[in-house]
Amino acid sequence: MQTDKKGAAPRSMLRRKLMIGAAALALGLAAAPKLGLAQTPPTSEVNTTDLAVTDDTVKVGILHSVTGTMAISETGSVEAEKLAIDQINEMGGVLGRKIEFIQEDGASDWPTFAEKAKKLLVEDKVAAVFGCWTSASRKAVLPVFEQYNGMLYYPTFYEGLEQSPNVIYTGQEATQQIIAGLDWVSKEKGAKSFYLLGSDYIWPRTSNKIARKHIEDHLGSKVVGEDYFPLGATGFNSVINKIKLKKPDVIYAIIVGGSNVAFYKQLKAAGIDMTKEKPLLLTISVTEDEIRGIGGENIVGAYAAMKYFESLKNENNEKFVAAFKAKYGEDSVIGDVTQAAYEGPWLWKAAVEKAGSFDIDKVREASPGIELTTAPEGYVKIHENHHLWSKTRIGHAQTDGQYEVVYETKDLVEPNPFPEGYQ
Amino acid sequence: MFADYSWSELGSIFAMQGFAGLVLFSVFVLMALGLAIIFGQMGVINMAHGEFMILGAYVTYLTTNVVEAVVPGLMPVSFFVAMVLAFFAAGALGMLVEMGMIRFLYKRPLDTLLATWGLSLILQQTYRTIFGAREVGVTLPDWMMGSLPLTDIIEIPINGLIVMAITLAITLAVAFIMFRSRFGAQVRAVVQNRAMAGAVGIDTERVDRLTFGLGCGIAGIAGSAFTMIGSTGPSSGQLYIVDTFLVVVFGGATSLIGTVASAFTISQAQSTMEFFLSGSMAKVLTLLTVVGILMLRPQGLFVLKVRR
Repeated sequence: MQTDKKGAAPRSMLRRKLMIGAAALALGLAAAPKLGLAQTPPTSEVNTTDLAVTDDTVKVGILHSVTGTMAISETGSVEAEKLAIDQINEMGGVLGRKIEFIQEDGASDWPTFAEKAKKLLVEDKVAAVFGCWTSASRKAVLPVFEQYNGMLYYPTFYEGLEQSPNVIYTGQEATQQIIAGLDWVSKEKGAKSFYLLGSDYIWPRTSNKIARKHIEDHLGSKVVGEDYFPLGATGFNSVINKIKLKKPDVIYAIIVGGSNVAFYKQLKAAGIDMTKEKPLLLTISVTEDEIRGIGGENIVGAYAAMKYFESLKNENNEKFVAAFKAKYGEDSVIGDVTQAAYEGPWLWKAAVEKAGSFDIDKVREASPGIELTTAPEGYVKIHENHHLWSKTRIGHAQTDGQYEVVYETKDLVEPNPFPEGYQ
Repeated sequence: MFADYSWSELGSIFAMQGFAGLVLFSVFVLMALGLAIIFGQMGVINMAHGEFMILGAYVTYLTTNVVEAVVPGLMPVSFFVAMVLAFFAAGALGMLVEMGMIRFLYKRPLDTLLATWGLSLILQQTYRTIFGAREVGVTLPDWMMGSLPLTDIIEIPINGLIVMAITLAITLAVAFIMFRSRFGAQVRAVVQNRAMAGAVGIDTERVDRLTFGLGCGIAGIAGSAFTMIGSTGPSSGQLYIVDTFLVVVFGGATSLIGTVASAFTISQAQSTMEFFLSGSMAKVLTLLTVVGILMLRPQGLFVLKVRR
């Protein structure tokens, strides 16, 4: 911001030069805030609905569990969202306003999530909330967001069957994650028989339902078994025996949380060497984050179908990984959801700038069609249905706990939260 | 479901399945022994049992990391060193907790439930602060992973064998301490009649403290052993607590033999049903069976005859 009153003419010259420079560098948005107050629209214009927006700040909420059982998964999302907010602020903020975040703890408890969401929307009047992880927590806050008209950026891959005007889903919905992966094992690995496994709640069950339909109706292959285990189950020896008896080509595993560690350790101990790919293991629930607990040596050889892996080779991702490690330490790992959480603040910023306003209704209207060319996963775009167009990739687990990307879909996969013929 | 398989395949699978049941049995015994001592002998409902187990797991994690960095040559035996340390760490914490909290609650056993539940939350958050919210991977010596292939299908998991061996050793040790040692006689005396035990010169407070410490120490060993088969995170202890109480209550809280018998019954039922049904359904049926039997026999499978 320049306060020099004397040199008005030289200042506009300077501004013009800056603008030319900016255009030449094709930096566009990044340079805009440097131009000072003239670019910052007055608060009365960008905030007609009494949100927590001042002349130089805007408040947003971060709502994840940092205590309780889910903290294990949600920590990465919190870190990514804070990193994105920092980076946006370094670039000058949104519509000339620095982002300030208010962080609330959902404490792995769904009613607490709803209560904190209400607090963020009603008391703090935040312009957007980045948060939730489990479907249960999202379902708990949904009525709150719809009643008080808030905007939630939800990062997790999930079962679909939902589309709210008050949520932008930055993770993949089930069909995006599942179908490309199944097609790949069927075509590339010649898989004919599948054993479906999952933790016993809505996401694995819905996902396996879609998987079964696709396997039976579209691939013409066979599902030889389907099993569910209570969340937190630690004994998998019986089902491993069953798998040995049925000899499927593919174990399709959607196990979550601490159970994962038990499952992969016991699978290895039972002599199933996944690097031999007999059977091959395909998962949609194990990101680099989970592998830290499982241990790379226990899951080496498995395949995962998701939209993002830390090892992805492109310029955006290299920058993102470097920035993340600089902030949170060399040992930190980045999983699919962490990356999706990182996209949240950027997508919101783009929508606000397109709308020229922080008002929730205008941001919602501006959201479909928003493109993010700087996303670590590459290019993404918001669909009419509030989900993201994104590529699906197959990663091959290595002993160091990283995935090596062995395949990616040629085009962006269209999000289809209400898949016809799959329900 | 067996029509498509040959007899040799079926034979192998039943052998494997029997082994899986035995491993589950060992796991149940190991996790329930510590609680059986604390709940059964002292009447304290220790909801923080799982957190004492996880303390053992974290001690194992730290020890193996230190050994790997400082004396890599000792790596093959690091696990057993860790297990001993886990016993003492969990035992020491247990005694501290007994001194600071439990001893004021012996007359109010139901309140121990709330107090130890609070303790479990505090411990979980402490682990989260110290070790981070994410699970940690415990590096195990190579020889402990993998399996011994007997035939094409029958492969014996080495970690299963180790868990069984540890369980056997700990059970024998506990049986010896409780039924063959002077300390065990004192513990049983205090359980049966506290006032009388005090009158004949037994330091009941000391016995209480050591008993609680012993129970927690065994939990620590269990946690250490479970790094081979399960996860190590701040709230991993929660994965075990329900099963643990189930085993102890079903067996008859006051009887150590009952604990072993009930672990055997539940593990075999569960592992067999898991084979024929889905994992969740097996759990439901197991719980229903236990509830049914407890309705007929509220005192559990075995019960000590005590004059009250």
